[in-house]
Amino acid sequence: MNLELIVNIIYIIASILFIIGLKRLSSPVTAKGANLLSAFGMLLAIAATLLTKGLEFQWILIGMAIGAVIGIFIALRVAMTSMPQMVALLNGSGGLASLLVGWATYHYQPASSMLTTVSTYLAVLIGGVTFTGSIIAWAKLQEIMTGKPILFKGQKIVNSILLLTLISAGIMFCSDPAANYPVFLGILGLALILGIMVVIPIGGADMPVVISLLNSYSGMAACATGFVIMNSMLIVTGSLVGASGIILTKIMCKAMNRSLANVLFSGFGSATSAQKSSVQGEVKALKTDDAYLVLEAARSVVFVPGYGLAVAQAQHVVRELGELLEKNGAEVRYAIHPVAGRMPGHMNILLAEANVPYEQLVEMDSINPTMETVDVCMIIGANDVVNPAARHDKTSPIYGMPIINADKAKTVFVLKRSMATGFAGIQNELFYYENTRMIFGDAKQTLQSLVAEFKEK
Amino acid sequence: METHLDAVTLIDLIFLFVIAIFLGVELISKVPSILHTPLMSGSNAISGITVVGAILATGLTPGSVLATTLGTTAVAFATINVVGGYLVTDRMLGMFKTKSAQKSSEPKPGSGGAK
Repeated sequence: MNLELIVNIIYIIASILFIIGLKRLSSPVTAKGANLLSAFGMLLAIAATLLTKGLEFQWILIGMAIGAVIGIFIALRVAMTSMPQMVALLNGSGGLASLLVGWATYHYQPASSMLTTVSTYLAVLIGGVTFTGSIIAWAKLQEIMTGKPILFKGQKIVNSILLLTLISAGIMFCSDPAANYPVFLGILGLALILGIMVVIPIGGADMPVVISLLNSYSGMAACATGFVIMNSMLIVTGSLVGASGIILTKIMCKAMNRSLANVLFSGFGSATSAQKSSVQGEVKALKTDDAYLVLEAARSVVFVPGYGLAVAQAQHVVRELGELLEKNGAEVRYAIHPVAGRMPGHMNILLAEANVPYEQLVEMDSINPTMETVDVCMIIGANDVVNPAARHDKTSPIYGMPIINADKAKTVFVLKRSMATGFAGIQNELFYYENTRMIFGDAKQTLQSLVAEFKEK
Repeated sequence: METHLDAVTLIDLIFLFVIAIFLGVELISKVPSILHTPLMSGSNAISGITVVGAILATGLTPGSVLATTLGTTAVAFATINVVGGYLVTDRMLGMFKTKSAQKSSEPKPGSGGAK
């Protein structure tokens, strides 16, 4: 058997391992093994590639060593609260790698077939957009940049011109790649600018969609690279990742009742789209001692976590309170809205980190029918995802968005710093309901004093 | 390195691409929302498969300093993607515990998440 054949057979085995790895990710029980299986597939793929005839190893090994050290360092250091930033950075490095492979291939062999050139163009374009788009998403999540949408006059026109230039430059480049190196570099630069332009108008709370979309792009970039070097495994694998990103994007959009176009282009959550408050009523504040008495008597308690939980780093103390409530005889559950937090599943990993058993993490659709029987629903750092206006107020920007029906619980506790509005910039009428009590202050401190009260008695 | 994509090969590759997209959609639809973050970081690690392209671009471009440099940088970034992605996914999945498993392992008090 010749070497090329062996390499390709190993590629097939690796692809199968990736597919099984994704398949077994469907349950928390098998997921850890699935990830190892997938990692083993990657190891095989890399080892097989290193068997390729005529390869110069020196620089490959240097590159891999540098990448491995950085990869291990950041993966072990990152906090669970910063996972969205981490995923954004990983997406970005994948995109950049695709762009560089496209560039290197073109530089080494400028005169190539038309189809290869088109693939190179796509790899550079998608890779570039993924790279800078991810960097901007990271900066927004890390709060280096404002989380608010950045909008300016003529933004759509500028973006349209950018896009048209990229397309026409692409046609020019593909028609005669060997003679158009400067055009190629121009495309590369414009792709990087496009990545910035498409992410800046998107607000912080829409980041779950952006991260999912960038995840999809990083897969598509790998796919385009696969077309450039004519490698089936890259195409299959890139498509799997691309599909995963597309599905997550769809789930996120559905959970917000908005179209992808609306998320990407509307600048949702900017000052201009914020509505004046029209909510009437009285806010009833509650002290923690009184909250304790209510909780002590409660037989069923549901926590609704939001991004505020991550900001306050309150996941451990929530779990502690949950355990005390259970010891006290209450049924404790956590209701997770699909877009709570800054990326899909963000709240789940935070609570898992705090050792909350995953059986207690309940999806929105499962918790809502049981909400009437809940004694206390405790909202921690969530706002728009429990706003009842989404159900009935047609003028509300979030009308139609599926929400957790916290208001149906017998008593609602809202842990909040102040009466400030949520991301959508609208007042939450839930705060004024008859059965709602506001517990003002830092969520972590409030929870800590509740825990202390339980321990004393 | 040989990079001359012709129409026949292209059709084969597109065929593969389309089938793989459908397969991906089928596979991912079954992942529950509780595992969406590990799914993202895990699939992200898989997209680091670009490392294969990067290795070839580095090792099969003798005599061109720029191509080799670009390739080496690509290898480094793709490796970050692969190693970081798998490792952080493993860390996350290790945290998901059932009710019974939770009892046997006490949480570290006050750990803010960073190891």
